[in-house]
Amino acid sequence: MTAERVMRRGDDSAVLRLSEAEAARIGGDTADPADDERVMLNMGPAHPSTHGVLRLMLEMEGETVLRSKPVIGYLHTGMEKQGENLTYLQGCTNVTRMDYASPLFSELAFSLTTEKLLGIEVPERATWIRMLMCELNRISSHLLFLATNGIDLGAVSMMIYGWREREEVLRFFEKVTGLRMNHNYIRPGGVAADLHDGWQGDLRELLELIEPRLDEYETLMTGQPIWRERLQGVGAINADEAIALSATGPLLRSTGYAWDLRRDEPYLAYDEVDFDVIVGTYGDCYDRYAIRINEIRESMKIVLQAIDKMPGGDYRLQDKKVTPPPRIRLDESMEALIHHFKIFTEGYKVPKGEAYAAVESPRGELGVYIVSDGSSTPYRMRVRPPSFINLQTLPHLMRGGLIADGVAIISSVDPILGEVDR
Amino acid sequence: MPELTEPEMTEPELTKPEPAESVRYGVSASEISSQTVLFVTVDEYLEVAAAARDDGFDQLIDLTAVDYLSYPGARARPVDVQPERFEVVVQLIDHTSGERLGLRVQVPATEPTAPSLFDLWPGCENLEREVFDMFGIEFTEHPDMSRILMPEDWIGHPLRKDFAVGDVPVQFSEASAPR
Amino acid sequence: MRIPGLGKAAEIADDGLAGLEHNFITSNVEALVNWARMRSCWPATFGLACCAFEMMAAGAAHYDLGRYGMEVFRASPRQADLMIVAGRVSQKMAPVLRQVYDQMMEPKWVISMGVCASSGGMFNNYAIVQGIDQVVPVDVYAPGCPPGPETLMHAILTLHDKIHTGELLKRRETTGTGETATGAGIMVQQRDGQTAGLAIRS
Repeated sequence: MTAERVMRRGDDSAVLRLSEAEAARIGGDTADPADDERVMLNMGPAHPSTHGVLRLMLEMEGETVLRSKPVIGYLHTGMEKQGENLTYLQGCTNVTRMDYASPLFSELAFSLTTEKLLGIEVPERATWIRMLMCELNRISSHLLFLATNGIDLGAVSMMIYGWREREEVLRFFEKVTGLRMNHNYIRPGGVAADLHDGWQGDLRELLELIEPRLDEYETLMTGQPIWRERLQGVGAINADEAIALSATGPLLRSTGYAWDLRRDEPYLAYDEVDFDVIVGTYGDCYDRYAIRINEIRESMKIVLQAIDKMPGGDYRLQDKKVTPPPRIRLDESMEALIHHFKIFTEGYKVPKGEAYAAVESPRGELGVYIVSDGSSTPYRMRVRPPSFINLQTLPHLMRGGLIADGVAIISSVDPILGEVDR
Repeated sequence: MPELTEPEMTEPELTKPEPAESVRYGVSASEISSQTVLFVTVDEYLEVAAAARDDGFDQLIDLTAVDYLSYPGARARPVDVQPERFEVVVQLIDHTSGERLGLRVQVPATEPTAPSLFDLWPGCENLEREVFDMFGIEFTEHPDMSRILMPEDWIGHPLRKDFAVGDVPVQFSEASAPR
Repeated sequence: MRIPGLGKAAEIADDGLAGLEHNFITSNVEALVNWARMRSCWPATFGLACCAFEMMAAGAAHYDLGRYGMEVFRASPRQADLMIVAGRVSQKMAPVLRQVYDQMMEPKWVISMGVCASSGGMFNNYAIVQGIDQVVPVDVYAPGCPPGPETLMHAILTLHDKIHTGELLKRRETTGTGETATGAGIMVQQRDGQTAGLAIRS
């Protein structure tokens, strides 16, 4: 195994390193007879794939992809700049809109980093609620992957099934956080609200519902010859290449490299629950599909353990500095009202320093790096976006393959463009 | 009417990054939020990075930058480090030992260039393009030093502190288009 | 049986074909055309960000947009009547948005889904267009961040109402592309109190 393939700089590299103007010139040049067969093709950005506004510049020879370049930035939202103007309490509303398939993970990474800077520890119950919600979010995110992967490959019924089950998970989220997406639920100091009465029953029902349906998916896809032929051996990458390209998450694990921050750098209470890290063998699209469907099962295992082990106590830190007073107190106490007002307008000051915290999101290592200047807004807020970095593997996965497999490969990398462009 | 008093906002005991004096790969190292961080100049950068890679840091996790133009007061940096306006922030990981290592490259505002790490970790390609796009720091020997997020004809580097967050008109000049 | 949109003329006894005293229904062309347009409003896929997920959720199993004759999301703008702009539009995306809109055939409608598309939302910064009505004319704004499928469906029903009661040829005069375009595609001052940097790039 070697990573030589991804280190190339010249024309033999899989990455098409041309600006738009240069590419346009080449595409129009028919004077060179050697280039007769070579076509520049543009896919996107408003492309019918279900993966957002990704645009690809492809150099094709017939049906075969030679070099390619993902052109991104069509959803650039300036979130890192915006984060410098929002207080630490508002920061979560900002980052949650980044990876909208798994919003709780961005909130978690942001909160962990802020807590590191503040030097505070959240109560045990808050930690477990965070873990529970994140694992549910991983389930909904992977269900979304199964749905979009299905429709990208022409398995339209999978699209309907995936959304159906995701809807059930979102219903639980709505009950707990009040919102289906973009929850702003995990905040520095804990979570926004406690779990509702009878949440255990709701969750058990949910898991009982999803379990047999996962088996249904297996019947529908995993063993099916068409499904296997479309995915097996398509878009393969080896571990050295994945590491050299800074890939993380299922993309790295599909190459057989067992690296999962939940196990290797445990945060929250992951060292107290039992789960397996799923790895693949060949690093192809099929492995990436299989890893995700099995990670749903592992997440369900963690959720079940969290139901049994959920400790009592507070769901957020009772520190006046970071925690607003309970809603009910606002009606009776002027001090509480002022306190509430101050926290939500001015925010709280975070001491000077810098910190980085990372979590294992469904797409890979999601980290937040904050530099604080002692005020109530971050001086610099940086998110380490897993999709953005994983997207670098795309040209290498696509090189030499057919254009028809391109959509399968994009889908298997599972980029969320909101997080790619931020 | 109740008395209008502000609640007592106590400052909790907080830990500040204390620059610890030690040396690694020939440059001064500090401990910042339980991570070893090396401070290097642009000239030392590539050499130290190569030494770190040979030492087992096999993956580049993150590469970004910070513009310290309007940072109030002094930064917690070792005494022998000459702080510059830009700081390129690199994070490496050694998968065998699980150790993470930070690099902080001081890049002067007068000449915002730094060598590219492409030959060590090709995964830095997009990240360096992003830093170029957002901060205007140019990486020499990078295979494709171009904008990545903003339009190619955009003027300015958004994450610089002297770039305002808003007040940008819609950059859209083609009102009529053929149907 | 009553055929919506055709008014009293279409009120006939509800006993199948036997209720038809005559084999024709009288109405005016405008009512008939509006009724047909309303019932087969095919959307173009223009999912951008978070809202796109809710748009897809609205089209999927639980909410089922097929009830309104709109489950066919067309990938080609040439085949679409309605553009649901679902998500924040960046400066880089704005020209693409306009191009997709221009490729759609008249009559065409636009739903601005979510606060980011409607007004820039919480992202009042250099990167996001502060409201897509600076780029294309908008018929219905759906509030929310993101609007749930129910909100989107309400927006769609509002649009249906608008199509139903609208005049047949009015849109082309006011929002037609090209020289006569007003309000769309032209750089407009942002409406949030920002004053600086209004120079028009050429």
